[in-house]
Amino acid sequence: MIVLYSYWLSSCSWRIRFALCLKEFEKLNPLHCVPVLADDHVVVSDSYAIFLYLEEKYTQKPLLPVDPQIRALNLQIASMINSSIQPYHMISALKDMEKMFGAETKQWAQYKIDKGFLALEKLLKDVAGKYATGEHIYMADVFLAPQIMQAVNRFDIDMSKYPTLRRLSETYKGLAEFHASSPQSQPDACITNNNL
Amino acid sequence: MESEAVNLKLYSHWMSSCSFRVRIALNLKGLKYHYVAVTASSKSDPEFLKLNPLALIPVLVDGDFVLAESLAIIMYLDDKYPQYPLLPHDIPKRALNFQVAHIVASSIQPFQNMGFLNNFIEKKVGPHEKLPWAQSVIRKGFTALEKLLKDQAGRYATGDEIFLADLFLAPQLYSAYKRFNISMVVFCVLITP
Repeated sequence: MIVLYSYWLSSCSWRIRFALCLKEFEKLNPLHCVPVLADDHVVVSDSYAIFLYLEEKYTQKPLLPVDPQIRALNLQIASMINSSIQPYHMISALKDMEKMFGAETKQWAQYKIDKGFLALEKLLKDVAGKYATGEHIYMADVFLAPQIMQAVNRFDIDMSKYPTLRRLSETYKGLAEFHASSPQSQPDACITNNNL
Repeated sequence: MESEAVNLKLYSHWMSSCSFRVRIALNLKGLKYHYVAVTASSKSDPEFLKLNPLALIPVLVDGDFVLAESLAIIMYLDDKYPQYPLLPHDIPKRALNFQVAHIVASSIQPFQNMGFLNNFIEKKVGPHEKLPWAQSVIRKGFTALEKLLKDQAGRYATGDEIFLADLFLAPQLYSAYKRFNISMVVFCVLITP
């Protein structure tokens, strides 16, 4: 039995919920932490590690391509989001920075998201098809979908500057798995509404 | 180990811990590569930006294929050049290696790299806050890693062979000690050679 410890607003948790839905797992029991996956005796945290663990252990509906270069591109895109964009707008990090410095952090978060999205737009404009790296949904999409939603909903990012990302975002919204994994569909959504 | 002749080029900076990770991988696999030194000014060079729009290093060029992000590069090298495997076969142990790599790459390094310290901490608060901030970030990350690895580490982070986790830990430990004067006394697992 897989148990996912999740937080409805966390984009990292959303990535894993999205992956689990795409792999057709039944809904799990979310608790109030950023993603931790417990799979029998194995416990894995960090969304990148959880994603790769699920991909290697549960091979139905592969979320990484076989072609080594497209595979590497998916890993690169996910890494860009996981290391160069998302850490800078994580709720806990922004709170730490505000507490330590009293600094205005929303503008900094917006700057980092815009910088990252500009880079992703350049990278994807020549490789994207229906999805980020072609005609199939892969790891890059699983990481991009929550990132774009967070950027728009929490940080008011103007997506008209990023036409490829905007188009991909509209594609994701058409997926049942995207909606099933989205924050508003989680059982803890209304409980922590005042955390917005 | 004999070096294999391949057509690899690595854009790197000698102080970059992200580049250091990839250099370890290349050396362990015995892969020859052309080293291209990137400076702060050459990062804004249009030719370099074409390779990596984020203007970050490292960037690997393998023939016509260009790849950025140290973890993606290392996994690409591990898939293409299987000598000296950098991931174990056991799936849970692989997950542990990915976890360690990402704690370093997402929770520690982004908050103590020169870009963040100079462009946010120094500008928003002042130069005097850079070191204490970096030290607090590193200590928090190392505390988490210490707990994660205390029952897993052998001679190396996840057992008795060098794997991905070690490639991420070694440069971070080096940076913590050399640049940020972190006392390693409380980190019994991380300090063990």
